[in-house]
Amino acid sequence: MAAYGAVLSVSKIIHPFWGGRLGNTVKVFGTTLTSRRNKTLLTRENIPPPAKYGGRHTVTLIPGDGIGPELLSHVREVFRFSCVPVDFEVVHVNSALETEDDINNAITAIRRNGVALKGNIETKHTMSPSVKSRNNLLRTSLDLYANVMHCQSLPGVQTRHKNIDIMIIRENTEGEYSNLEHESVSGVVESLKIITRNNSLRVADYAFRLAREKGRRRVTAVHKANIMKLGDGLFLQCCREVASGYPDITFDSMIVDNTTMQLVSKPQQFDVMVMPNLYGNVVSNVCAGLVGGPGLVPGANYGHVYAVFETATRNTGKSIADKNIANPTAMLLASCMMLDHLKLYDYASLIRNAVLTTMNETRLHTADIGGQGTTSEVVQSIMRIIQSKGQLTSEL
Amino acid sequence: MAGSAWRSMLTQVVGGAIRRPALSSFSRGMQTVTLIPGDGIGPEISTAVMKIFEAAKAPIRWEERNVMAIKGPGGRWMIPPDAKESMDRSKIGLKGPLKTPIAAGHPSMNLLLRKTFDLYANVRPCVSIEGYKTPYTDVDLVTIRENTEGEYSGIEHVIVDGVVQSIKLITEEASRRIAEYAFEYARNNQRNSVTAIHKANIMRMSDGLFLRKCREVAENYKDIKFTEMYLDTVCLNMVQDPTQFDVLVMPNLYGDILSDLCAGLIGGLGVTPSGNIGANGVAIFESVHGTAPDIAGLDFANPTALLLSAVMMLRHMGLHDCGNKIQTACFDTIKDKKVLTKDLGGNSKCSEFTAEICRRIQDLD
Repeated sequence: MAAYGAVLSVSKIIHPFWGGRLGNTVKVFGTTLTSRRNKTLLTRENIPPPAKYGGRHTVTLIPGDGIGPELLSHVREVFRFSCVPVDFEVVHVNSALETEDDINNAITAIRRNGVALKGNIETKHTMSPSVKSRNNLLRTSLDLYANVMHCQSLPGVQTRHKNIDIMIIRENTEGEYSNLEHESVSGVVESLKIITRNNSLRVADYAFRLAREKGRRRVTAVHKANIMKLGDGLFLQCCREVASGYPDITFDSMIVDNTTMQLVSKPQQFDVMVMPNLYGNVVSNVCAGLVGGPGLVPGANYGHVYAVFETATRNTGKSIADKNIANPTAMLLASCMMLDHLKLYDYASLIRNAVLTTMNETRLHTADIGGQGTTSEVVQSIMRIIQSKGQLTSEL
Repeated sequence: MAGSAWRSMLTQVVGGAIRRPALSSFSRGMQTVTLIPGDGIGPEISTAVMKIFEAAKAPIRWEERNVMAIKGPGGRWMIPPDAKESMDRSKIGLKGPLKTPIAAGHPSMNLLLRKTFDLYANVRPCVSIEGYKTPYTDVDLVTIRENTEGEYSGIEHVIVDGVVQSIKLITEEASRRIAEYAFEYARNNQRNSVTAIHKANIMRMSDGLFLRKCREVAENYKDIKFTEMYLDTVCLNMVQDPTQFDVLVMPNLYGDILSDLCAGLIGGLGVTPSGNIGANGVAIFESVHGTAPDIAGLDFANPTALLLSAVMMLRHMGLHDCGNKIQTACFDTIKDKKVLTKDLGGNSKCSEFTAEICRRIQDLD
């Protein structure tokens, strides 16, 4: 670990002189050292993320566009108020630019810190097709292969369906989001969907491990293998292989159109679901809608080495930006997931309980779930609850 | 000499032109429809629909055909020639559920029909049925799905062992065709807006092309509002408030998922009508549920899906009054809750349900 830090600091001095060359050496060194980290992670000995400078963690913060900046500033406010030992390194990404320098800086920052909290970066699809989605670039470069979302019915929120408790694990790097498109003949565009055995195996493995860890009974694989026989067939086969290693967990599969139909009529039948990228997008949005909307559900993207936390449905919310009506719940719960990842469990439960109390008992709701509160009112309420419960807080 | 030859040729041509339509669809004012009963519960629900149409005195002459795949010359699978010939003549078809046996060697029957008649648009109007309670009320939207290309082109390869690639094909021609159909449908059925659904932030070129074509077609239909929405946003909003949507047009895969999602909102595939529109004026209306082999022949089946598809067919043919009459009778029967089949929550048999609808139609007259 010390050697890694030393190499990094040396590179910081020499980098400006030697430009890219030494940077590559650091990358090689970096990969060998991180692969050592990898090996111990795979043997299930979790190394806590490096806590530098007197026990305080540094986390990369990417404000993004739309409601991202204001929600993340609320998160920082709550953290500061609760004296959470986390410092944020803010990296801005300008979605209007065509160059990828901004996002590469962000990726380097996340590699440095290991953990990030981000808002959604807008993708203007009116720009040329060579300008790729920044969020997608981030996920694939950092190899964040599993997107985890936990949809739970909250007692304080009015919804059509009750008692929903579904965990969705979605493959995050390949599938339809491979960004491989070409126009072979004028007027005919081909888009490639890639499914690989390795990625399918590792996301299925993640799903089953998570299911076992959380004491879940059933994992459902969502696919369309009756039409895409080779692609989704491979995914399904990998899931079955992994399932055979977990005899205590029931495994079944369901076709994606039937899944959506079942979700809107009887969502209580689902437990844990695992699926490729695009179906994950559809199913996670349907589930988020079922429990009350995009403002309530946090999401996490995990890789072997890095973790990035954000809202589950990844909305930019341009139409409600800067109006003080956005729902801070999703982002705050995502930050609690991040605190859990950093092993700061006490702070995580403190903030989470405050958020849920405001939602369920005080019933202070923002407009998206039918209330009249503003974002700042909700955040103030959360901080008041933290003050009454917690031991050490700064001035309100 | 030349004059008389010209005159005779002219009469021949004109006579032929007048004679031809009389042979094909109009004989004593009746329109011919090719009926494909299908498998499992198919025959019983087809009989139910025929009975109801008879009670409503609809000007329809049914021609029953079987579409079991046969191997044609050259080894390619095709539908029986008499079925094809009947469809080509009548241009309108009504189809029950078809089973696709696994490992039968022949491709799915639905796929075969789609390819044979170039059925490029799948239309599914989803309207909440009063009397069949679901958590969603006031649903009234139509999903129009491109049916020939997109993710379902079936082009897949194993590149290396463990890496599979599926190709999603989007063409200008197909996108333009489906967009035009969507706007025409909106205009003909007095709908206010058309929403194109896409994922152009991720699939820039393919969905970008689809969107561009939709925008171009929208220019010619200024009376109809055109909006674009991401697939995930639509899913999110659909389950929270489905009343904000009107006509939705989208490529194949999204259409598959969304049309089933909308069917789930109104109560499932047992009550959802569906129509496939093809080139050359061909249209096949079908019920999209399965063959239900476990209840086949036991008079438990629910004919609602096939009946509503048949009503869609009547509207397509311009017989709106007849269609409305049958639909009202059907909805009233369900609203009344006295005679309902098992899947709708009642205890009656299919024949009783059918008889009740026939009775209501006769009362309406």
